[in-house]
Amino acid sequence: MSQSLGVVTPELIHFEKPLQLERGQTLPRYDLMVETYGSLNTNNSNAVLVCHALSGDHHAAGYHESESKKPGWWNHYIGPGKCIDTDRFFVVSLNNLGGCSGSTGPLSINPETGKAYGPAFPEVTVLDWVHAQARLADHLGIHKFAAIVGGSLGGMQALQWSITYPDRLDSAAIIAAAPRLTAQNIAFNEVARQAIMRDPNFFDGNYADHDVIPASGVGLARMVGHITYLSDISMGEKFGRNLPREDRDANGVNFAVEQYLRYQGKQFSGRFDANTYILMTRALDYFDPTLNESIDLSQVLSETRCKFLVLSFTTDWRFSPARSEEIVDALIQAGKPVSYARLESAHGHDAFLIPDETYEGLFKAFMSRVYADLEGAS
Amino acid sequence: MNSHSYRIPDWIANNARVLDLGCGDGRLLAQLVNSHAIHGLGLELDPDKIAICLDLGLSVIQQDLNRGLSNFNDQQFDTVIMTQTLQAIRRPDLALSEMLRVGHEAIVTFPNFAYIRNRIQLGLAGHMPVNPQLPNPWYDTPNIHLSTFRDFEELCQTLGIHILDKDTSNLSGKRTWLGTVWPNLFGEVAVYRLTKEP
Repeated sequence: MSQSLGVVTPELIHFEKPLQLERGQTLPRYDLMVETYGSLNTNNSNAVLVCHALSGDHHAAGYHESESKKPGWWNHYIGPGKCIDTDRFFVVSLNNLGGCSGSTGPLSINPETGKAYGPAFPEVTVLDWVHAQARLADHLGIHKFAAIVGGSLGGMQALQWSITYPDRLDSAAIIAAAPRLTAQNIAFNEVARQAIMRDPNFFDGNYADHDVIPASGVGLARMVGHITYLSDISMGEKFGRNLPREDRDANGVNFAVEQYLRYQGKQFSGRFDANTYILMTRALDYFDPTLNESIDLSQVLSETRCKFLVLSFTTDWRFSPARSEEIVDALIQAGKPVSYARLESAHGHDAFLIPDETYEGLFKAFMSRVYADLEGAS
Repeated sequence: MNSHSYRIPDWIANNARVLDLGCGDGRLLAQLVNSHAIHGLGLELDPDKIAICLDLGLSVIQQDLNRGLSNFNDQQFDTVIMTQTLQAIRRPDLALSEMLRVGHEAIVTFPNFAYIRNRIQLGLAGHMPVNPQLPNPWYDTPNIHLSTFRDFEELCQTLGIHILDKDTSNLSGKRTWLGTVWPNLFGEVAVYRLTKEP
C-alpha cells in the first residue's frame, strides 16, 4: 500500500571544511538544507540520493505542515510503498549549493563582508554539487548509495556521480536528462537570464541593497522556462483556446494560458532568488562530461561501475528522447549495464514529475531490484 | 510465442556477452545468467515486459528491431539470439546480417511453415493455417515473413552465412523424434546456430 510520508522536517547541516570549487574559488564553510526519509539500515547500505532539477529543492516528499496541501516536488514517487520506497530505503534529498531554500547560496551571508553574497557568490558547477553531496554522504555515514536518482538537471548529477565517484553508488536512475545541453537549450536559458538582468530592479544582482527583487524578470524567466517544460499537446489539452478563469485575476488577460503563465511567473518570483536562477542555469549550460567533445562520452563512462536506468518521454522537447539515447548508446558502447525506455507521455519535460502507470512500473521494478540486490549482498 | 529451444544453452559459452533480440519477459536471459554467468542485454518494445526484466535484474533497451542495430559495434557480442521473432521482422535478411555484424554467432528460432499441420490446413483445407504455432488470422498477424527450413537455408547461402548447427523442437521447446528425423515436415520450430563464413 502506498501512502504519504506525512509531515517531514528539514535539517540544516553545517560543514566547516572548505570546499574547493571547480572554477577555482573556495567556499570556506557552508550549510546544506537536507531532508531524509526512512531509516538507514545497520550496514548503511540502503541510502538513495535524490538530486533536484533547476528550480527544485530539498523538499522532495511529504508535507511541511499537517494542514499543507502542497507536498514535496516528487511526492508521487517517494514514500512508503512507492517507487522509492521509504520502508526500504533511506532517502536523502538536499538543496544544492547556490540554492535559495536554505543551503549556502547568494542569499547567505558572506563571512568576509558580513553581507549577503548576492551576485558575488562563486560560480558552482554540477561537479561541485556532487562533491558537496559526497561530503553530505560522509557526514551521514553513507559510503555507498544503493541508488542515485534524478530528473533533468538532477539526472545530470546522477550521471556525474557515476563518473566522479564510481565506487560510491550501486545504481543510477537518469530521467529526462541529457549528457549536455544543445545550443537551443542554452539559448532558452539565456533568454531567461536576460529577462532577469534587464529588469530595472536587478541592479547587477545587488537588488538586496535596494530592498527590491527583480520580480518581473524572474517571472518572465519562469514563463519562458515553463513553456519549454510542457508540450504543445499538454498545453492544448489543458488550456486550448479557453478564455481566462473569472475566479482569478484576469486583468489584461485574453486567454487562459496567459493567465496560467502569469500566475506561475508570479508565484515563482515570490519564492525563487534571481541570482540563484542565473547560477543554476549557468551550471546547467556548462555541464559537459565530454569537455566539449575532447573525450568521447563512451570513454568518459568507461570507468563507471554502477547499473543504469535511463528514461525519456516522447513529447519532451527540452531534453528529447534522442538526448537520453546519447547516454544509453555511450553506455552500450562502453559495455556497461544499462536499461532504457522511451515512455509515451503527453506532458513534455514535466512528465518526469507527473504520475504515470508505465513510468511507475519501470521505475518501481528497477528500484525493487536495487533493494533485492542489497538484501542478497548482506 | 516465446518458448525457447532446449538446445540454446548448449550453444552459449560461459561468461559470454549475449544480446537477445525481442527478449520478452527475460526468461531466456535470466536462465543463461544463472547457468552460464552471461553478460546479457535484451531488446524489447513492450514496457510491461521490460518491467519484468528489470525486476529480474536484467539490462533491457526499449528498441524496435525494425530500426536495425546501428547503436551496437561490430562484434560487440559473442552470441546474438532471436527467438520466434524473425518472421515478424520487416526485413529478415537485413536482420540476420546485422546480427552477425554485431555478434560472432547468432541463434535464430522461427516457426517452420512447412510443418505438417500447416501443410494440411493450406494444402488440403485450402486455408492459411491458424493453429497454436501460428495463432493469428492472415489479415491480422505479426508473422509477415513465414518460411521453412529449406527457405531459410537458401537465404543463409545467399547471405554467406554458415550454419554451425541446426535443430528442431516443438512449441514447448522440447525435442520430438519425428522432428529430428524429418525437420522440414515434422519440426514445428526451426532452431539454427549461425556464423559468418570466414
